Amino acid sequence: MTVVFQRPVTLSEKGTHYCPGCTYGIIHRMIAQAIDELGVAGRTVGVASVGCTVLAYDYLECDFLQASHGRAPAVATGIKRVRPDAIVFTLQGDGDLAAIGMAEIVHAAARGENFTVFFLNNTIYGMTGGQMAPTTLVGQKSTTTPGGRQAARAGRPIRVSEMLATLDGPAYIERVAVDRPANALKAMKAIRKALKLQVDGVGFSLVECLSACPTNWGLTPGEALQRVGRELIPYYPLGVYKDVTAKAGPDEDQTPNGGDRP
Amino acid sequence: MNAEKVLMKGNEAIAEAALRAGCRFYAGYPITPQNEIPEYMSANIFDAGGQFIQAESEVAAINMVFGAAAAGARAMTTSSSPGISLKQEGISYLAGAELPAVIINMVRGGPGLGGIQPAQSDYFQATKGGGHGDYHLLVFAGESVQEMVDLVGLAFQKADEYRSPVLLLGDAVLGQIMEPVALPEPVREEEMPPKPWATVGTGGKRSKNVITSLRLHPELLEEHNLKLMEKWRRMQANEQRSVSYRLEDASLALVAYGSAARICRRAVDLARQEGIQAGLLRPVSLWPFPERAFRETADRVDAFLVVELSLGQMVEDVRLATNCVKPVSFFGRTGGVVPTPAEVLDEIRKADPGTGAAPGVQSTRPGGCCR
Repeated sequence: MTVVFQRPVTLSEKGTHYCPGCTYGIIHRMIAQAIDELGVAGRTVGVASVGCTVLAYDYLECDFLQASHGRAPAVATGIKRVRPDAIVFTLQGDGDLAAIGMAEIVHAAARGENFTVFFLNNTIYGMTGGQMAPTTLVGQKSTTTPGGRQAARAGRPIRVSEMLATLDGPAYIERVAVDRPANALKAMKAIRKALKLQVDGVGFSLVECLSACPTNWGLTPGEALQRVGRELIPYYPLGVYKDVTAKAGPDEDQTPNGGDRP
Repeated sequence: MNAEKVLMKGNEAIAEAALRAGCRFYAGYPITPQNEIPEYMSANIFDAGGQFIQAESEVAAINMVFGAAAAGARAMTTSSSPGISLKQEGISYLAGAELPAVIINMVRGGPGLGGIQPAQSDYFQATKGGGHGDYHLLVFAGESVQEMVDLVGLAFQKADEYRSPVLLLGDAVLGQIMEPVALPEPVREEEMPPKPWATVGTGGKRSKNVITSLRLHPELLEEHNLKLMEKWRRMQANEQRSVSYRLEDASLALVAYGSAARICRRAVDLARQEGIQAGLLRPVSLWPFPERAFRETADRVDAFLVVELSLGQMVEDVRLATNCVKPVSFFGRTGGVVPTPAEVLDEIRKADPGTGAAPGVQSTRPGGCCR
């Protein structure tokens, strides 16, 4: 009998605490699969952050730390510097990375630390119950923007991948989504590539995964996935924002798409 | 120790002592008066096979130390008061996650941005928690460059032994002064304890290690906190440290730590020349507070005079440790003002039970210490 599909060894059998329709579980599975494919589970150290990813150490079978809010890139820096052979990654939500942890992510990227960041952007604080995040879209309702985010009161959302791509430090930055199979396949490819670049010692890699949060968006799982394509991707275009390994010249497949660039 | 003595600035000697204690990861952020420590580390730790990072903030630095400590390295960060305040969240996480690390606070005057001159006004922060949650750190304070060097070695050893952050207090006097110092021999790899709990990858040979301070179930968190409390009880039993000076026949015990103790030693000598039976009890471990030494001393002396570079913080622990069986008076200068031995001598004359007035009446808290 040929096995054509199975649970990655690095994905634990424990059920997650994620809400129905949350896409974090899909992304965890992809990370586990990439670790399996690269054969590096035995030297991988994950860094969970504060937010819905806080319990990631229960779901992935590798050594794990749990960092304070926003500081996962600093913690990962400490691990990687003293254990350069370890494969180190962080799992961070948009509140963690783009609000309280903005200094740490910018400087880890600028230093070109050779670890991988999985940035799960669902445009809202999930764990604390749906407050506005730096990534919340203008007009989007949250518990702290009850009438919808107004730019005059609460500013405008931050595009993290674009911003970090202006730095010379990072080796690879790509934004992906898992709202439909075609995008999920690209996401898998990006996650694998980010970890592979670290294994090869190329440098800092970040994959921003647009994610659905039906619970805090007030949508059904199906509607939430549709919202990713309808509202998130136009503001947060998918694609490769930085790749030091790319050949020179424009590559159709790698150019960010899905909306006007700012 | 018969090592040859070298003349070194305090901050540089502290950094060299850390390297010799096996420190292989340092992260810090510039702040006066401790900048020679990161500068020395940046110049020397790479040759020792270690890593130095000038972090984007004190917050990032303590979290880098968290990562390096979790990965099994002897790790250190240093700062001064405002920067140490920023590190408190990280220190709480280190304590909760039971990670060994060494933190040095070269204390300066506060509150706020304060000043850069010597102070001891972070005693409460150092010994009563600092960050959130039920926890304690081992806290040591030296009075000379040599003692600071020795305590750095002890701090790394005890951090590993207890799997706990250890805090060392100094100030600009101890950081900037140059004194002869005998440096210890470098600690050998085999002298350091194994760290099977470290998150370095399973190697495919064991189940995963998880380092976290999160325990969502109240019963589990309570169980964890009780386990930590057992550790603090062991520290209280085994790590009380103090040094006495001319205390054997004293009727008045001065109490001071760190650079304030240097001044008090001179003041004790001046008082003795006047026939006042003064001595000095100098805590070296600020947490655990050397209660045993204080109880023994309280049996023998007639009064205590606590001298601090603050408005009075350690004095509360002296009153608690002695249960106020003898009057405890206080003299402090604050904001970076360092008193002279003559100023302290004046206070000794006022506090000395043998010089006329009744004990306690001259105290800054008239009528006794606990009322």
